[in-house]
Amino acid sequence: MFIINCPYCGERDQTEFSCGGEAHIERPKQPTELSDDQWAEYLFMRKNIKGIQFERWNHAHGCRKWFNMVRDTSNDKIQAVYKMGEKPPVK
Amino acid sequence: MKNKYSIFSLIKNALSGHENWQRAWRDPEPKKEYDAIIIGGGGHGLATAYYLAKKHKLTNIAVVEKGWIGGGNTGRNTTIIRSNYLWDASAGLYDHALKIWEGLSQELNYNVMFSQRGVMNLAHNLQDVRDLKRRTHANRLNGIDAVWLNTEEVKKFCPIINTSPNIRYPVLGGTLQKRAGTARHDAVAWGYARGADAMGVDIIQNCEVKGIKRNGDQVEGVETTKGFIKSKKIGVVAAGHSSVIANMAGIRLPLESKPLQALVSEPVKPIIDTVVMSNAVHAYVSQSDKGELVIGAGTDSYISYTQKGSHNIVEETLRAILELYPIFSRMKMLRQWGGIVDICPDASPIISKTQIKGLYFNCGWGTGGFKATPGSGDLFAYTIANDEPHKLNAAFNLNRFVSGDLVDEHGAAAVAH
Repeated sequence: MFIINCPYCGERDQTEFSCGGEAHIERPKQPTELSDDQWAEYLFMRKNIKGIQFERWNHAHGCRKWFNMVRDTSNDKIQAVYKMGEKPPVK
Repeated sequence: MKNKYSIFSLIKNALSGHENWQRAWRDPEPKKEYDAIIIGGGGHGLATAYYLAKKHKLTNIAVVEKGWIGGGNTGRNTTIIRSNYLWDASAGLYDHALKIWEGLSQELNYNVMFSQRGVMNLAHNLQDVRDLKRRTHANRLNGIDAVWLNTEEVKKFCPIINTSPNIRYPVLGGTLQKRAGTARHDAVAWGYARGADAMGVDIIQNCEVKGIKRNGDQVEGVETTKGFIKSKKIGVVAAGHSSVIANMAGIRLPLESKPLQALVSEPVKPIIDTVVMSNAVHAYVSQSDKGELVIGAGTDSYISYTQKGSHNIVEETLRAILELYPIFSRMKMLRQWGGIVDICPDASPIISKTQIKGLYFNCGWGTGGFKATPGSGDLFAYTIANDEPHKLNAAFNLNRFVSGDLVDEHGAAAVAH
């Protein structure tokens, strides 16, 4: 449980948000040409990092907008929050 | 040779003030090389080592554990054991484990306090009723005991449940598996450790794996905090940290690690003599032999390795518990903790070879691995020893995420596993 600084609404309790998992997984541009291995990679395989992770969050009980977050999963400390489409802060 | 535990050994040691008990397992330094290394000294890892030594005569093996044995999810779960899963593959897997549980204390000469007090799963809406009845039929077709109880029968089996039709989620019935129950989780780790150690398995605690050495597509050994240990076969049973080990080996897994919480109350006199689970409201409860209520809460919705979990998850669970059991309203909760569970997209485990020769993974047990401990160890040992899966774990391979042949147990297992 932690406080999240929504880029649109400011600081709110984490219970207002839902986590959308790993960020920056690009949808395949040519889905019809993908092999089964590539589909598995896109659909299921995850980094699941212990440490600095880039992820998507949705302010579900607020503005309902999606945004990205950089969070350390070993201590839940948030390093940065940035809007969709913006470049992730370099780490 | 280990001394046998019996009533006579108990009396003998009582007379000498319990000061002369033999060590249950050694504390060896790692050798330079082993025939197989198991990463992770929890119940599943120790069981794997035990069955590798016992059934496959592979005794030159080591279990490496970064903390102390049984200190991870083995010591953090709510000890529920059942096998009433929906799909054939899962039914085969979990009932294999349940059958081993039934004779485990005798086999290990260690009392794991397996108690077949029954597990009841409640239905709170019409879809629950349909799903649970379907599951009952599926279980019976697979030879697993299961009965459907109506609301009166639920009340009779566990009288403290509030079966009033006026509560927010009224009890419309439930299923009961009588062979299901609980066991003492620590004793499972200790019993398997003692049994494996007696056959020559080295259990190396406080030894964290820092790297997996590969030569092309063959594993060569593990880099640990106690130095490099060589082995051509490595079995990874690292639960929530499976992805961390996979990253070291350069392979990808379909896992997400999340905190799952549990809590216990102050001890009280016997009040609930079974296990009651309710997926719809997410509340499950049993009573330990010490008298504490053992309550399982849910997982957080985000990846975290903190072993804590959010307060609101506990609140939601206790809210549901209080509606179903108003009698608990003035009880105090004593302790709360979290364990990191590795969740697969289809809520089924992975007991599998990988694309790297000699590297095997037993992971993805998510929120419900404890019940499977003996079966998981047995089948993983088979997979490692024969370099191919047993027919009971063939469906639980890593390749199912490529082929699409998933074992979707979300419906049967739901959140409370």
